[in-house]
Amino acid sequence: MADEVKETPTERMVLNFGPSHPATHGVFRNILELDGERILDVEVEIGFLHSGFEKLGENRSYNQFIPIADRMNYVSPLNNDIGYVLAVEKLLGIKVPPRCQYIRVIMCELNRIADHLVSIGMHAVDIGAMTVFLYAFKQREIIYDILEFVTGSRMNNCYPRVGGLVADVPEGFEEKVTDFADHFLPTVDDMDRLLTRNRIWVDRNKGIGAISAEESISWGLSGPILRAAGVERDIRKDEPYSSYDHFDFEIPVGTRGDSYDRYLVRMEEMRQSNRIIQQAIANLPGGEINVDDPKIILPPKDRVYHTIEGLIHHFKLIMEEHGFQPPKGEIYLATEVPNGELGFFIISDGTNKPYRIHVRAPSFINYSVFPQLVKGHMISDVVAIISSLNIIAGELDR
Amino acid sequence: MDSLEGNQVVVKLRATFPDSIIEVKEFRGDITVTIKKEDLLAIMQFLRDDEELRFNYLVSISGVDYLKMEGVEMRFALIYHLCSFKNSRRLAIKTFVPEDSLEIDSVYPLWKTADWQEREIYDLFGISFKGHPALKRIFLPQDFEGHPLRKDYPLEGRGERSRFDYNER
Repeated sequence: MADEVKETPTERMVLNFGPSHPATHGVFRNILELDGERILDVEVEIGFLHSGFEKLGENRSYNQFIPIADRMNYVSPLNNDIGYVLAVEKLLGIKVPPRCQYIRVIMCELNRIADHLVSIGMHAVDIGAMTVFLYAFKQREIIYDILEFVTGSRMNNCYPRVGGLVADVPEGFEEKVTDFADHFLPTVDDMDRLLTRNRIWVDRNKGIGAISAEESISWGLSGPILRAAGVERDIRKDEPYSSYDHFDFEIPVGTRGDSYDRYLVRMEEMRQSNRIIQQAIANLPGGEINVDDPKIILPPKDRVYHTIEGLIHHFKLIMEEHGFQPPKGEIYLATEVPNGELGFFIISDGTNKPYRIHVRAPSFINYSVFPQLVKGHMISDVVAIISSLNIIAGELDR
Repeated sequence: MDSLEGNQVVVKLRATFPDSIIEVKEFRGDITVTIKKEDLLAIMQFLRDDEELRFNYLVSISGVDYLKMEGVEMRFALIYHLCSFKNSRRLAIKTFVPEDSLEIDSVYPLWKTADWQEREIYDLFGISFKGHPALKRIFLPQDFEGHPLRKDYPLEGRGERSRFDYNER
């Protein structure tokens, strides 16, 4: 009888997960090879949203790439924008005034909180916990109201410019941000109470998609995924940019490197981001927001209309084949975005357009480890693992 | 220039691989070391495993087509950005790939992150990687013709595809 059971033929099944599946939050396809519910192998197919962003960048002036940079990661566009303008500023060898740096930090951290809220909220929805998502999105809405108040748009804000910002923050900004920062933490606590010790949440995430610290480094992982595996690495601390060294914050680190630890790291990061926002608002310096260089920054409109110098500077920046021209050279600059290390490698040939822009997109590199993470798990774990990696398809395919 | 010549990484690299280093450049604090293509794997392994340097993290691999850049002899180059967590230091290793043999050793044996990044360069620049486990296009369809990030590929593309065949795998 026992022999008969052994010989029962099990057929392997091939299942398409995507390209259009509600739990992938974007367009990519996983071809799963299954034995019953267990995943034996997986092949990943990406590129459905490939739009040649890097090629586009070579044909646009430096400031014209900013809208493209924020469309790469549409969940935390400001982090992408600021990462990009910092890279160009490094190429030019300029440093923006302290007020601008602080405003950039505040915007980055607000967007980081929004990104983590979406990430955890969607992760919970994918596993079946609708309530957390509603709590998270209520706070995200407040953040988006602030972003709209400052930048004029809710998403794809396109707020920073090379050498500064498009405009100073409007009156009432400090009050709005302070109000948000003072009332945000209870929501994190609510989410914490709903999830952290929730039996279903723990069972669905603990030990799922685990990866060791060494493997994480070999796979080039970054951000919460790397930190969840126990590597204390955060570019904001290790290579501070935009005055991050002025703020007191901690880097949460996990131990197991599984979905559950990634969730815990993101939760703690939101608390730390909130701390940074409070410090930055309390110490927000006054003064200029743009570098004092009419060859880089557009002059104010009344100068354009009423002075000849203003008009010339405006013309020289706007017209085709004009604009600022960085010196010949190659630079790489990395910033810490919610998903990990976002790097821009820019080659300048001395003209007003970059010769080459290569984007080190965290989603792309974080997702390459996915086949290894899901092997041996159940099909329902695929959803939990994709959510915990927080893959943004725009950045994945560029 | 003093800081560059006295730099520990540069000194060590020059001492260990005297014949492989073509050029060392510094721009805005970024150090780029140009090396001979043949010695890529040996140098990368050295940088990764050396007790002092410990460049343990391969940040990214970028391909470049220097076709329209004046003063660059060879057309294609690869730039490997390394990072050392221990020393919080970055380094770029650059190597040129001659146009008549567009092939270079894969660094996949050293860092698994090279898997997708090398496929991306293979896809968009047409440079092959020796020793890569599964080298095929990653973004574009397998039967796509041309390599879009090359400088002689038109921005608008080469027209639309008339049909999309579904290949049974």
